[in-house]
Amino acid sequence: MIAEIGLLFACAAFGLSIGQALLLTQAARKGDSALLASGRWAAGLASIFALLALLALIAAFLRSDFSLAIVAHNSHPNKPLIYKIAGAWGNHEGSMLLWCLVACVYGFASASRAPKDGSDVAWLDARAAAVQGVISSLSFAYLLLASNPFARLDPAPLRGGDLNPLLQDPALALHPPILYMGYVGMSVVYAYAIAGLWSRAEPKAWAKAARPWALAAWSFLTVGITLGAYWAYYELGWGGWWFWDPVENASFMPWLAGAALIHSLLVTERRGAFADWSAILAIACFSLSLLGAFLVRSGVITSVHAFALDPERGIWILVLLGLATFGGFGLFAWRARGEPGEPFAMVSKEGFLLINNLVLVVSCATVLLGTLFPLISEAVTGATASVGPPYFNATFGPILALGLILAPAGVLLSWRRQIGWTSLRPLLGGVALALIFALAAIIGASAPWLAASCAALAGWLLWGAGVDLHRRAGGKTFGESLKNVRRVPLRGWAGVLAHAGLGVFTLGAGVETAMRQETTIALAVGETGAAGGAQFRLDGVETSEGPNYYIDRARLTVTDGGATYAMAPERRYYWAARTPTTEVAIRDTFGSDLYVAFGEPVGASGGKVEAADDKPRWRFRVNRNPLIGYIFGGAALIALGGFCGLIGRLGRRTAGSPAKAPV
Amino acid sequence: MKKSNQRLISIAVGLAAVGAAAALTLNGLRDTVTYFYSPTDVYAKQVQPGTKARLGGLVEAGSLVQKADGAVMFNITDNAQTVPVSYRGLLPDLFREGQGVVSEGEFGPDGHFIAARILAKHDETYMPKEVVDALKKSGEWRPEGGVPKGAMPSAMPASAP
Repeated sequence: MIAEIGLLFACAAFGLSIGQALLLTQAARKGDSALLASGRWAAGLASIFALLALLALIAAFLRSDFSLAIVAHNSHPNKPLIYKIAGAWGNHEGSMLLWCLVACVYGFASASRAPKDGSDVAWLDARAAAVQGVISSLSFAYLLLASNPFARLDPAPLRGGDLNPLLQDPALALHPPILYMGYVGMSVVYAYAIAGLWSRAEPKAWAKAARPWALAAWSFLTVGITLGAYWAYYELGWGGWWFWDPVENASFMPWLAGAALIHSLLVTERRGAFADWSAILAIACFSLSLLGAFLVRSGVITSVHAFALDPERGIWILVLLGLATFGGFGLFAWRARGEPGEPFAMVSKEGFLLINNLVLVVSCATVLLGTLFPLISEAVTGATASVGPPYFNATFGPILALGLILAPAGVLLSWRRQIGWTSLRPLLGGVALALIFALAAIIGASAPWLAASCAALAGWLLWGAGVDLHRRAGGKTFGESLKNVRRVPLRGWAGVLAHAGLGVFTLGAGVETAMRQETTIALAVGETGAAGGAQFRLDGVETSEGPNYYIDRARLTVTDGGATYAMAPERRYYWAARTPTTEVAIRDTFGSDLYVAFGEPVGASGGKVEAADDKPRWRFRVNRNPLIGYIFGGAALIALGGFCGLIGRLGRRTAGSPAKAPV
Repeated sequence: MKKSNQRLISIAVGLAAVGAAAALTLNGLRDTVTYFYSPTDVYAKQVQPGTKARLGGLVEAGSLVQKADGAVMFNITDNAQTVPVSYRGLLPDLFREGQGVVSEGEFGPDGHFIAARILAKHDETYMPKEVVDALKKSGEWRPEGGVPKGAMPSAMPASAP
């Protein structure tokens, strides 16, 4: 019964989304505030019904109702409660329902943001919410026609097949909702681009209205990607955090385009320039999100972790992708203003933001090419090719490094005018700090050139962020700025935190990539082996049982430097899903992680075993990952910067114009 | 600066950036793309030592030898041709003789394949897509040997204890 109710809710939300699109379109065309209010109601109700539909699905998972196909495929009565809830979106159909819900909520948010005063901005918000209504209703159409989460099985099986055990993890329970806040958030950015072109909005006002949405989507995407990378690090047990896998690239491309958009909107809002370019980027961001959904869902590209593959669904997403992309760019070709903005000198903030955008867009294009190359190659030559980390390190790395070198200078330059190089004098200290960082890496840790240059970049970026903060605090001396630092507004912190985070991330990523060590050892009980600069003694292997899995746990005593401690990596076997997983043991020692994965016993794979004695031995893979915490910490700082910019902006609109609707 | 000049400079900078990126990209692709080979391809195309590749097929029954120090040797076969493989590292879970496998690495001087990575397999019924294609090509594809994920509902026959 609950499934039928859920389906009904989803249909209601579908209908209301269409209503939202029609009402708000009419409202904007006629300038009718009453219609705007009803459109807002429709958007709110659509969100509520979409939420109810998702709750109905969660209820079906909680009750282990195996007459529902996706519950039968993805759940099991013995599964812990949190993964029964997360299981609702840990599969294709459920995650599409989540997608629809997020699309509705964003639509309601943009409709609610429209001021009630009938100003131009109000109609821009209304148009954007109307476009968002179209996007929600297309998403619902796709949900109901091609991936109905409430489909029944007849006869119903007695037991379910369990959620993919790799997804039974706290980070992965949160990862899809947050990632979708990012992916689907790009649809609002797209909606604003369409609304702007449709109404030929004045560039500055348009950018001001669109920028919070771009910041929101991009910041959530940052958190979502970081959670995914962190999950891959500790759950997959491969010792790495980023594999340039198509699924990862799919989320990274909209992130890069989104980063370009945030910077470009800054120019449009302040100077009225780059207006057309911002619109192109906004359309591209959503197209790349849909392209990502297509690559992940359709299985056209072999990925090491592609879930829920179905070519037929791929076609549907391809149709949506085509509609959004050609529709968006078609409208752009027809309605773009084509007026140059105010002129500027090359050595100015605009000039450097232009280079920033070139760097981000070109690096995004290299990722796109690397991701699609296997498809192109198979279509043209028939050869199955794969493009791995060496390609991305060789292309993406140097291009982005150029952007990182220029970023601190761009922050300090003034708008429009070329005022000579004096404003860059504070950065001389950054050159010194970069040299100190590089020398410290080379002398202190005998770092190779890649790690040393990333350390130098990190020093440069951190100094740049410090100078920026000093400037924003407005003190004549360092001490005075320190006293004033509390008075720097939130949106002033945005760039400071994000660029500092970029520095921390660069340090971690460079050092970890260039200096990680990996060793495999095989130990019998009582034996000691050396790996990753530490001594490992295997004290024993014990077995126990979790709620829906068996556990083999290795008891290791590790002597590392002067310290001695215990580590207990596990192997789990999820019997319902018939899948083993690795639970690595991680020890954080002075910034570097000692990371131990517990392999199968030697000989478990069959075949001959050649050893001095016939004692049973287990394999362990030991990784020493220096500064890996800086990678996730830096990414978290970047996201924090984004959220500071977002919250600072939301506050401003309300505070500056009390007559307008609160947000 | 005049508007036309400004536009000209923007275009020039843009073209230079795109050109540099294209050069980097093409160079990167030339050196780093790895192609998939089945054992039959390896002999048919007379692969040179040092070639980076992904080699896929079945782990030949009776060929697996493991040493206590972590070295592993086995053969990859498509039942028409066979290539010896050496590997150092953790074997993925569910690596078994007779099962499908994809390994990444390069060909050594004596024609054997030095694997740097053996691709993980997430469940018992999964068979890498390239392996299925290669086996179909060599006419050795037997669906009962390994069913591609998605072709069979993975849920129903739960082998609970």
